[in-house]
Amino acid sequence: MNSGTLMRQVRLLRLLRQVRLVRLGVTRGLIELRQSLTYWPDVFQNFFFSGIQILVLFLMRGHHVPGTTFSLGSLTLPSIIGMGFAFTGMLGVTGLLTVDREDGTLLRAKATPGGMTGYVLGKITMVSVTTLIGVVATLILGLIAFPGVHLTAAGLGTLVWVAALGLLATIPIGITVGSLIPNPRFLPIFILPFAALTAISGIFYPITHLPGWLQAIGQVFPMYWLGLGMRAALLPPHLAAVEIDGSWRLPLVFLVLFLWSVLGLSLAPAVLRRMARHESGSRVAERRERAMVRGR
Amino acid sequence: MSDVAAEVRGLRMRYGNTDVLDGIDFVVRTGEVVALLGPNGAGKTTTIEILEGFRARSAGQVSVLGADPEHAGEPWRARLGVVLQSWRDHAKWRVRELLHHLGAYYAPYSTAEITRPWDADELIELVGLTAQANTRIAHLSGGQRRRLDVAIGIVGRPELLFLDEPTAGFDPAARREFHELVHRLTDREQATVLLTTHDLAEAEKLADRVLILAAGRIIADGSPSELALRLSAQAEVRWTVDGQRFVHPTEDATTFTRKLFAQYGEAVEDLEVRRPNLEDTYLELVEEYEK
Repeated sequence: MNSGTLMRQVRLLRLLRQVRLVRLGVTRGLIELRQSLTYWPDVFQNFFFSGIQILVLFLMRGHHVPGTTFSLGSLTLPSIIGMGFAFTGMLGVTGLLTVDREDGTLLRAKATPGGMTGYVLGKITMVSVTTLIGVVATLILGLIAFPGVHLTAAGLGTLVWVAALGLLATIPIGITVGSLIPNPRFLPIFILPFAALTAISGIFYPITHLPGWLQAIGQVFPMYWLGLGMRAALLPPHLAAVEIDGSWRLPLVFLVLFLWSVLGLSLAPAVLRRMARHESGSRVAERRERAMVRGR
Repeated sequence: MSDVAAEVRGLRMRYGNTDVLDGIDFVVRTGEVVALLGPNGAGKTTTIEILEGFRARSAGQVSVLGADPEHAGEPWRARLGVVLQSWRDHAKWRVRELLHHLGAYYAPYSTAEITRPWDADELIELVGLTAQANTRIAHLSGGQRRRLDVAIGIVGRPELLFLDEPTAGFDPAARREFHELVHRLTDREQATVLLTTHDLAEAEKLADRVLILAAGRIIADGSPSELALRLSAQAEVRWTVDGQRFVHPTEDATTFTRKLFAQYGEAVEDLEVRRPNLEDTYLELVEEYEK
């Protein structure tokens, strides 16, 4: 056997290990997904928020978009789908990561060969599928109960790429932020800015009615563009008139989400690695002591 | 397999201006169970975390299974086992589910000598959790959870196993149960084990060799019986002759008593040779070094 063949075999072996690891990560994600779907506190938490959102939507159904006869509920439903990405992908991932770090899940991953890769892939799988279940559920509800929400072939195409970019733009950012936060008690700090961001992202209230500087801030973050992209996918074309520039601005939706994906994907692995490098048994023990003192 | 599992030379660890480890040297040979014994704050956990590759050292040479833990990759990691002190991680997982999942990461690192991972059911039986195999981890008792931690630590059939303060916070029954588990493991697998403890009795019970760590240095290294001899060199001989009681401290109790009999013969009564309590001597020694 010459050295070229040997090299090829080594490379093939490595590739097989990688493939195996990806499969393990996905399996891990699906196991955790099943657990969260069959664990009633989780189920309750998920249903509680979706329930409130849907209730709000129904209450808005009778109202009309100013100057039109279009239902306000139907306008908001696609926006809420867009918001869901930002919510699970960013806030959700940040929360999961800080909790897993505090309780030692991450340290166990680190002590296992390939464990960190499996852990991260598992989280991405679980969060992606959870988000998509939410999207599909809200979508079905919209198509059945909200007049004006409809899905054409072109709309489906838009929905798919906006959803894919939405996951890519939000999950890596969630991982980055989650790696930077020292412990879960910092999470509430993010709730308020997140609510503020929702308010200026044109989800429940049209962005065009806000002062210019707020519109500018809202348009920096992915949430506005996710909402806009989903409205473009699910609403009749004439409703674009109420948007900025009277257009869905799909090329810009693509560009902004793409840039957030690039930013997130270039930051997340390094920040995550740096955080994982500092994990050790004594760190987890310190956090446990502190949490015990607080009496949790 | 090399006959040295881990080797540490001139290891130093400095945080700010304090030296937590002040130049320590030791060797762990393959198949040995070594205890790192010392009071809290002596640097045991720091040492073991450096060896596990979880912490970067300030200076010195460290080799674990032939590699530097700071730069070793995943194939190296696959040959190690770390028993972590759990808290509430993986609470929603079931026992078999988690062992099966974590074991799968080790499968690519199976060799002709060592089949990895351990079969989940077999391992569950070994640690005595068969009845809880399908229980959610959140519902395990403290002792059961600890046995699961051990199972997770050894699921990849490690060549070297690390146990950091494995029985901290245990009641005596749980402690005995845990010791029995470690014995079962070391008898059956001939695994190399490095454990830390601040409990002398535990070190004596589990280890082939004990390293005493105090104030960032290794102050004694030997088998428990060697240490017992070294730590308590002075024995006390007590006897009575004609109803009168005598007490005499000596380095060599055997020679002393032989002479005693040569001199008094059958008049010697109530003979007692007593070594000072090992624990007292150990604490004295540690105190002396920490000054």
